[in-house]
Amino acid sequence: MSRSITLGQYFPGQSLVHHLNPRMKLLSLLLVLALLFSLQSYAGLVVLFFIALILITTTRVPFRYFLRGLRPILYIALFALIIYFFFTSGGVVLLRVGFITVESEGVREGTFIILRLVTLVFYSLLLTLTTTPLSLTYGLSYFLKPLRYIGMPTEEVAMIMAIALRFIPTLMEESQRLMRAQVSRGADFESGSIFRRAKSLVPLIVPLFVGAFRRADELALAMEARGYRIGARRTRMYEDSIAPRDWLILAVLLVLLITSVYLGF
Amino acid sequence: MVNRSEFMIEAKDLVYNYPGEEETSFPALSGINLAVRRGEYLALLGPNGSGKTTLMKLFNALLVPSEGEVRVGGISTADEDKTAEVRRYCGMIFQNPDNQLVATTVEEDIAFGLENLALPPAEIQKKVIAVARMLGLEQLLQQPPHMLSGGEKQRVAIAGVLAMQPRCILMDEPTAMLDPAGRHDVIETVRQLNRDQDIAVVHVTHFPEEAVFADRVIILNQGRLVMQGRPQNVLSDIPLLYSLGLQGPAAAELAALLRKDGFNLPPQLIHSRELVHSLCSLEPKS
Repeated sequence: MSRSITLGQYFPGQSLVHHLNPRMKLLSLLLVLALLFSLQSYAGLVVLFFIALILITTTRVPFRYFLRGLRPILYIALFALIIYFFFTSGGVVLLRVGFITVESEGVREGTFIILRLVTLVFYSLLLTLTTTPLSLTYGLSYFLKPLRYIGMPTEEVAMIMAIALRFIPTLMEESQRLMRAQVSRGADFESGSIFRRAKSLVPLIVPLFVGAFRRADELALAMEARGYRIGARRTRMYEDSIAPRDWLILAVLLVLLITSVYLGF
Repeated sequence: MVNRSEFMIEAKDLVYNYPGEEETSFPALSGINLAVRRGEYLALLGPNGSGKTTLMKLFNALLVPSEGEVRVGGISTADEDKTAEVRRYCGMIFQNPDNQLVATTVEEDIAFGLENLALPPAEIQKKVIAVARMLGLEQLLQQPPHMLSGGEKQRVAIAGVLAMQPRCILMDEPTAMLDPAGRHDVIETVRQLNRDQDIAVVHVTHFPEEAVFADRVIILNQGRLVMQGRPQNVLSDIPLLYSLGLQGPAAAELAALLRKDGFNLPPQLIHSRELVHSLCSLEPKS
């Protein structure tokens, strides 16, 4: 069971997208999102959508991972679609049921919104599926670095997040062990009302927390014994380097964004 | 680092009280005088609460003596500016393999100590690979810690300490939570390092069998050093071990029982092989 726990959604691979610098990937995603929202024309959106599809194929991440990623926005999309279809007027009347009409302008705008939403999710998934949670964490912490000057311990926060990632599977294993131990003594986690079930989790959560605190104590000791000191300068085994292609991609996106804003695509 | 004395670790008139526990009947440690020689394998036995773990923490500058002094590689552990040097000189392995691995992959965990020394990345990578090769962990470098067996985790922890090129490794019951195969792997790894690289080892253990191979065995009880000597002398003293609630190695215990039954066995038997040998060479009773 514990072996099937995947952290985040990372899917290993060797593609260009996988190898881009995580920091630059984050920045690029931001630019793409800005671009998506500044685009006014169908043509531009369709081009971005197809670029996303091409990038997805190069990563060799199975397409169902991306489809699965669409699931959370399904209802929002459906809702938006209904609103636009039925309540936007303009163009030709396509369908008339009683006093409700579906007009062509509504269909056009509805699909535009949906396509934008789907493209947005695809690009976000391109980031999270091709970057390990750890490099994402370090990438994010890089942008938080300026906060150091106002006294935020950014390096330490990054370390805390990395340790949290490291211990998620360990704690999952422990919670399963505790659960089995309780079940073997007659505990019932599955039946009864929501309140009953929530209440039956208490004998699980208390030992889990106690265990986690003890772990934290020992880990702190072990880290100290290995020379970790808060505030001291450290290096990293793999310092991520920014390649020319990272800059190139960023520049292209920036140019696209500026032209789309100025020319009103 | 230049070490002028021949001792890796020296404890002089060491006393330690845990803060807030000064009023208890006896301090956690008192009157400890001990020196660990270069390349020595020292086994530390004692019942629960005898101060073994406290002593290890004092040796690693995780604790500072209440009275007396601990010198590691000639540096006093009370010198806060040199704590990093003390810890590099003398690495520590803990009991629970899960709670001492910090990073999300084996290689990054081995690198953790080196990263704390702020070495350049290229150098860290080189050292990590060298250490992994030495301990046969190359295949596991990309694995996350939760996918390893207990024995593998402890060997990764040893690798992490070894990467810092210590002159001494402190081990606090490193095998207590392992299965027999993992225990064997860890002990073999440490003995090999001790033999081939002249790294001193201080090994706290509950298993008398693990102390059999030490150069010297030390027994602690109620914070005091009760006995020390060669394993043959200490571990064959079954009455003493029993009086402290400890056990002897299986061979020594069996030999004691056989002697009681009138078998004429030589003293100081602690290795199973020796016992078998002396049993086989007994004169048959007529």
